[in-house]
Amino acid sequence: MNVKKENRRLSLRLAIVALGMFAFGFALVPFYDQICAAVGLNSLVEKSDRPANSQVDATRTVTIELDSNTATGLPWQFRPLLRHVKVHPGEMTTVEYEIVNTRSERITGQAVASYGPQFAGEYFKKIECFCFTHQTLEAGETRRLPVVFVIDPKLPRSVNSIALSYTFFEVAGRDGKS
Amino acid sequence: MSAVVDTHGHDHSHEHGHGHHGGYGGIMRWITTTNHKDIGTLYLWFSFIMFMTGGAMAMAIRLELFQPGIQFFNPDLFNQFTTMHGLIMVFGAIMPVFVGFANWQIPMMIGAPDMAFARLNNWSFWLLPFAATLLVLSFFMPGGAPGVGWTLYAPLTVQMGIGMDLTIFAVHLLGMSSILGSINIITTILNMRAPGMTLMRMPLFVWTWLITAYLLVAVMPVLAGAVTMTLTDRHFGTSFFNASGGGDPVLYQHIFWFFGHPEVYIIALPGFGVISQVIPAFSRKPLFGYASMVYATSAIAILSFIVWAHHMYTVGMPVTGQLFFMYATILIAVPTGVKVFNWVATMWRGSLTFETPMLFACGFLFMFTLGGMTGLVLALVPVDIQLQDTYYVVAHFHYVMVAGALFAAFAGIYFWIPKWTGKMYDETLGKIHFWLTLIFFNMIFFVQHFLGLAGMPRRIPDYPLIFETWNKISSIGAFGMGLTQLLFLYVVLKCIRSGPPAPAKPWEGADSLEWTHLPTPVPYHTWETPPVLK
Repeated sequence: MNVKKENRRLSLRLAIVALGMFAFGFALVPFYDQICAAVGLNSLVEKSDRPANSQVDATRTVTIELDSNTATGLPWQFRPLLRHVKVHPGEMTTVEYEIVNTRSERITGQAVASYGPQFAGEYFKKIECFCFTHQTLEAGETRRLPVVFVIDPKLPRSVNSIALSYTFFEVAGRDGKS
Repeated sequence: MSAVVDTHGHDHSHEHGHGHHGGYGGIMRWITTTNHKDIGTLYLWFSFIMFMTGGAMAMAIRLELFQPGIQFFNPDLFNQFTTMHGLIMVFGAIMPVFVGFANWQIPMMIGAPDMAFARLNNWSFWLLPFAATLLVLSFFMPGGAPGVGWTLYAPLTVQMGIGMDLTIFAVHLLGMSSILGSINIITTILNMRAPGMTLMRMPLFVWTWLITAYLLVAVMPVLAGAVTMTLTDRHFGTSFFNASGGGDPVLYQHIFWFFGHPEVYIIALPGFGVISQVIPAFSRKPLFGYASMVYATSAIAILSFIVWAHHMYTVGMPVTGQLFFMYATILIAVPTGVKVFNWVATMWRGSLTFETPMLFACGFLFMFTLGGMTGLVLALVPVDIQLQDTYYVVAHFHYVMVAGALFAAFAGIYFWIPKWTGKMYDETLGKIHFWLTLIFFNMIFFVQHFLGLAGMPRRIPDYPLIFETWNKISSIGAFGMGLTQLLFLYVVLKCIRSGPPAPAKPWEGADSLEWTHLPTPVPYHTWETPPVLK
């Protein structure tokens, strides 16, 4: 019958549209990343641009409080070697953290930074950071990780202390384990 | 309804000398049926059962909110109730009820003998009870049902217990059912119309369903994708929404609302279609501005794809983004306004009577417009930042979902039940059902506008003392509305069992094919020879 053939053809086309839209849902993932990159959102794990003005502002001192956490279930010891450092805005500073994998297997983790006060994050320019990449530790491995940063001299004068807090999360599935 | 359809089939088989359900009787008849009328009936009863289930959860929520403090349910269970109430009402009650209408009405209205793919139709329905079972089973899993809200936002969904997996599979099944059903509906409408039934002569109900079915085919797969990503994040080590693996929970919201906003119109448009049949029938005038109704419906459907981020103004998007989504959202008021204008213009100088279907249609017109107005308020970025996640939002979307979609469904059932069963419902009881529903509905939700403006957040089982009065009123309204629906069940059962025989055309102004060319009650098989329209 003619109608039957027509029906089959139309339904097939509609099914292809449905499958295409399923794929479109997944295509939104890279699309979203591109949009975020284009408008400069979500740059938590991106390298900061170097500050335009590299003049060190020696007239004031900012205390950087270093803090470290691990997400529930991640068997790592994670601590900063110094609890706090005093820096001048514009001055390049290096601090170090230490992580120990206490589990007898290889684990991959990712650190996510947060700042207190939150708005200070945009003046906290990281040139090098272990949070830019995944960190994979062998069983029982200990590793020292540097963070190189500059405080933008445009930091409002009212801020004289910034807390830099890192939380390590386990990247599940990386090593065949969820 | 079942008993009656049976009888008619019986009459019919006497007339034409053949049985109608391939020899099966009892339960097997319903499991194996490929008749669009039987499947329509199954959809309608299924959605009613889900409506009562979701309604029971709503009453549990209102019971907890009757007084400040925690009285009946721990907050965990409260969250599970709000989540499941939303999922069950959207996917189990409101969507299937209109698919039920589509199954019953579309073939009769366009002069087709049945749906294009009758077996597929059977399968589309029978996926639903399994999905519903999975949803309800999740309550009995360790950790209970998901308590994440019906939007299933990451990252909470990644952390929930096994109940979440059941919900994800339920959403997969529901999506599959909707997509198959929609493919069937589009094919039926485009290929199976009677000679002379051109697209622009189709009843508006058929038009709204054609557009709705296209929306479903376009967005249900996106939802399926979103929950699949949640599933792989939970169990297969991907990090779509997991910040620690480089994913982003906000991404979930974008994908979800890309589905979610068209979904709003998937729920509303078939209701618009029902109202567009009911109002002309009781105004005894043809629908005002038929062509503009078709174009307005299409415009709403197209615009619904570019407004999704108005559900997430506060996630931290650039001002340009907020402005774009705000203006696009406000733009939707234009085609919606055209529709409301046309309905009112249809009633203008008509010879109106107010039987129960018309009462529900008028209730729809007032309440839905009010819900649309609060929607415009919420579309404004600065206002929304203040009001988001308060009871103002709850009031807004219940005005469009309950007083919009549900009232339209009631209007449709009272309108067509004489046709389907051959018997009249009790007009007095129907009117009482309408007035009680209207009063209790406003008792529940009108006061929630005040609560929201005063800052009461949604989805929280407790509240400060100052909110007590309005919450009490709202809760009493909820219990009243729940009980009133038992009256509706009684009206329907009474109509099926002992209603007086309906006249061939109980509504003077009804003019679509099923009223003008088919006997009442409709025989089990209709349009074996298509009608020819001149």
